Amino acid sequence: MMEHIVIIGNGISGVTTARHIRKNSNKKITIISGETKYFFSRTALMYIYMGHMKFEHTKPYENWFWEKNNITLKKGVINSVNTANKLLAFTNGETVSYDKLIIATGSKPNKFGWPGQDLEGVMGMYHKQDLEKLEKYAPNNKTCKRAVIVGGGLIGIELAEMLRSRNIPVTFLVREDSFWNGVLPAQESAMINKHIKEHHIDLRLSNNLKAIKADENGHVKSVIIEETGEEIFCDVVGLTAGVTPNIDFLKNSDIETKKGVLVNRFLETNIKDIYAIGDCAEQQKAIGQRRNIEAVWYTGRMMGETLAQTICGNKTAYNPGNWFNSAKFLDIEYQTYGWVFSEKNKKENELYFQWKHPKEYKCITISFDKDTHQFLGINTFGIRMRHEIFDKWLTEKRAIEHVLEYLADANFDPEFYKLYEPQIVAKFNKENNKKIQPKKKSWKRIFSKT
Amino acid sequence: MKAIKHTGFVLFLVALTIFTGSLFTGSFQLSKSELDAFLKEKNYKSTVIRGALEDAVITDKKLTIFKFSARVRKAYEKSNSYYDALITKYNAAKNWDKKGEQYQYKIYGKPHTLSYTLAKKAGRGFVKENASLIWFLTFGFGMIGALLFMLPNLILLGKPGIKNNHIYHNSATNRGFVAWLVLIYLVAFYLLLYFKPDYVVNWTYILDPISNFLNGGDASQWFVYGFLYCTIMVTMGVRMYIKYRHNKYQIIRTTSVLFFQIVFAFLIPEIMTSLNMPGYDFKNAFPLDYDFFFEWNLDTLTSSGKIGLFILIWGIVLTLIIVPVMVYFFGKRWYCSWVCGCGGLAETLGDPYRQHSNKSVNAWKLERWLIHSVLVFSLVMTVVTLYCYFSGTTSFIGINSQWIKDTYSFLIGAWFAGVIGTGFYPIFGNRVWCRFGCPLAAYLGLVQRFKSRFRITTNGGQCISCGNCSTYCEQGIDVRAYAQKGENIVRSSCVGCGICSAVCPRGVLKLENGPEEGRINPTEILLGNDVDLMNFVNKK
Repeated sequence: MMEHIVIIGNGISGVTTARHIRKNSNKKITIISGETKYFFSRTALMYIYMGHMKFEHTKPYENWFWEKNNITLKKGVINSVNTANKLLAFTNGETVSYDKLIIATGSKPNKFGWPGQDLEGVMGMYHKQDLEKLEKYAPNNKTCKRAVIVGGGLIGIELAEMLRSRNIPVTFLVREDSFWNGVLPAQESAMINKHIKEHHIDLRLSNNLKAIKADENGHVKSVIIEETGEEIFCDVVGLTAGVTPNIDFLKNSDIETKKGVLVNRFLETNIKDIYAIGDCAEQQKAIGQRRNIEAVWYTGRMMGETLAQTICGNKTAYNPGNWFNSAKFLDIEYQTYGWVFSEKNKKENELYFQWKHPKEYKCITISFDKDTHQFLGINTFGIRMRHEIFDKWLTEKRAIEHVLEYLADANFDPEFYKLYEPQIVAKFNKENNKKIQPKKKSWKRIFSKT
Repeated sequence: MKAIKHTGFVLFLVALTIFTGSLFTGSFQLSKSELDAFLKEKNYKSTVIRGALEDAVITDKKLTIFKFSARVRKAYEKSNSYYDALITKYNAAKNWDKKGEQYQYKIYGKPHTLSYTLAKKAGRGFVKENASLIWFLTFGFGMIGALLFMLPNLILLGKPGIKNNHIYHNSATNRGFVAWLVLIYLVAFYLLLYFKPDYVVNWTYILDPISNFLNGGDASQWFVYGFLYCTIMVTMGVRMYIKYRHNKYQIIRTTSVLFFQIVFAFLIPEIMTSLNMPGYDFKNAFPLDYDFFFEWNLDTLTSSGKIGLFILIWGIVLTLIIVPVMVYFFGKRWYCSWVCGCGGLAETLGDPYRQHSNKSVNAWKLERWLIHSVLVFSLVMTVVTLYCYFSGTTSFIGINSQWIKDTYSFLIGAWFAGVIGTGFYPIFGNRVWCRFGCPLAAYLGLVQRFKSRFRITTNGGQCISCGNCSTYCEQGIDVRAYAQKGENIVRSSCVGCGICSAVCPRGVLKLENGPEEGRINPTEILLGNDVDLMNFVNKK
């Protein structure tokens, strides 16, 4: 009898694990999900509402893929885990036994105990069911005369963009005094503030939610602002103040949890043969400058790749490389490689070099060590950069001068786009009294191995 | 702004209605002297055709084009069946000499084409007599209306950026009933153009003044098609300029296809015709230009002096050297989405429908079978044609030269490239012909796949599998399948339109020409994960 691997959660983490286990073995694999039968890309939910895609387009694999690869898909919600008997119980009473269990249940939207947070018309934007709710409560600007979004992060701004695509007035409550400035340097945060307003989003900085009020039918009627007491009438409230691991069903099990499921570097929990990956996993000790819980697409995928090796007998520690991430703020693309901390969180040795286009929404921030000039990280807005090149420079611990000299190698904008390396380097030279000559792009360097 | 848009839409519908309605106008008859002139020019040997045509077209009745066409076709049929009867008769009598004599009296040609030639001379009425006014009411109103409809988007769509909102909420772009209406209109248009040209003779009158100005002769149905093609591409090109105004690659590429369509496909051939040269589209490469090696073309070219010889050599050099060398350096995009007329229409008129291409693995299989079959078909046809041309025979390896040419022209030239290729835009996407049928695309694709510097680079591990790239790939390539694995996209069918790169929200895709080494990069573990693990997997 083949070992039975059961994966709870069919997001990017669980599915990546399943795919890589299948590549390396013929173990029996079952993926359980209460959300949808087939894997879809959560990041694309917004595009369905906006009419860029249909749900079927968000599925990275055709439906026959799973049967062909002998991966069993099971729709259902797990109620409890019996670790002693290696048995899972579904909410409908069914059970399934496992030899190895992988918990990859992802996140759920944060709710901070606001009065009215469970009213009709209040929702997060994470699950497919949230999208269905939004379609129900905010199909157009007649049914939804105004929406209030609580929480200024990546999902919040996406939800705002979604609602604006249907001309629904949006009030956007942001706790910080500038959008996402716990992460972004002030220059960039200010640029996004401006861009948000240009999209006719009513951006309220330094505003917190006090309560959500109901009408006589138990539906959202308005929200009250903490600071001013102002009442804003609305039909939909989006709660996008971050996410938290989705692990309530483990409460009564003996699997050790904190905010998430606690795991070691091998993604093992305290119970043998049970692993946790993705958004719901919490590292016992931080890896480098990373957070203990990383609710990011890429890290979920990497944990899946790693765990599959372990499951297939090649015990491998989760060892993520240089940090990278990306996002899109309305029309502005954002990429980051290495670590750039905002002014609020930056350490003493970190210096910025910044450049901003005089008119367009393009800017970069390079973080470097003030003594050694070692390049620490880059944020780019409106300019695409090559992942491989920055990964290489970070691994090689290059100096900022090197990065700027060869910046053209890293540019990834479409052909014929105007390049800004000369302006960027000129600014650095002027500020630092240097004479760096930007080099022309070289294919040889781009493809050279370290 | 909305009001301007609506006005434009109404104006466009008015133009379309007048354009379509014009087909049903006018009366068709010939005077005795006009018919005499026609018969003299044609020099038919049949003794029956004169009487038959006199009965058919010299009349006081106000015949519509449809009745006129029926009468003319009947007249030709009458003549031919008269001689067919004689053939049967002499055949029965075993009078071979007499039987053989009859064939010279028969009149060959497609009935609707014969009818078209007469109809062109026979038309009278408002459209013909007021060509400039009708031109303004149809082409003029149509273009102004369309522009009024599209220009407000500069403001209505907001800041520059990807503007795909509501594509799947709109009946016209989500295979709704508007899309089906457009499909029916387009299919009907192509069926008339290819198979019943006499029915659209009224349209040629609208363009007679322009045709006379350009080449000194009246407009044919092909002139109408060419002119319409250019106006549609220009108008829808403006839409591209607005929609992708933030993307320089799209702006330059759109300008390029417009230039090659208007100058190379339309103006130069017209001007050559007016100079008594064979009209030739210098960018139309064999085997897309499938009749380049047909007898009539070879005869025309070899009897046209130096220019004919130049065209002959250019055509061969274009296909054998220029096309593959350019594909090596730039990918097949240099032709398919920068130069080609079919590609030009697909990238302008067809852009709103690009999301309808089928991305399934089955569609990919069908694509490879179909497109390579058409390539083989076109090559076999050409070999047979050339052999017969030089040897003076009528068939080769058991294939009749005329039969295979007719079959190809009908199945591939008319049905596949025209009726299905363009007519089905609104439902099956804008590159049906280019993906499944074009023999030149098949040839370019083979070069692109095996010997080219072109690829779409995937940016390390940045893909989030959202699927915008696959959704908007007009060639039905599942771009995401590669991108989410960190692999570059190297596919024979990619025409390098650049839209996958444009719609990507995370800056993952870039079209580029670079060294062949490392172009195809299979990766099992994506960038961003531990380096040792990558080494482990790569070693395995």
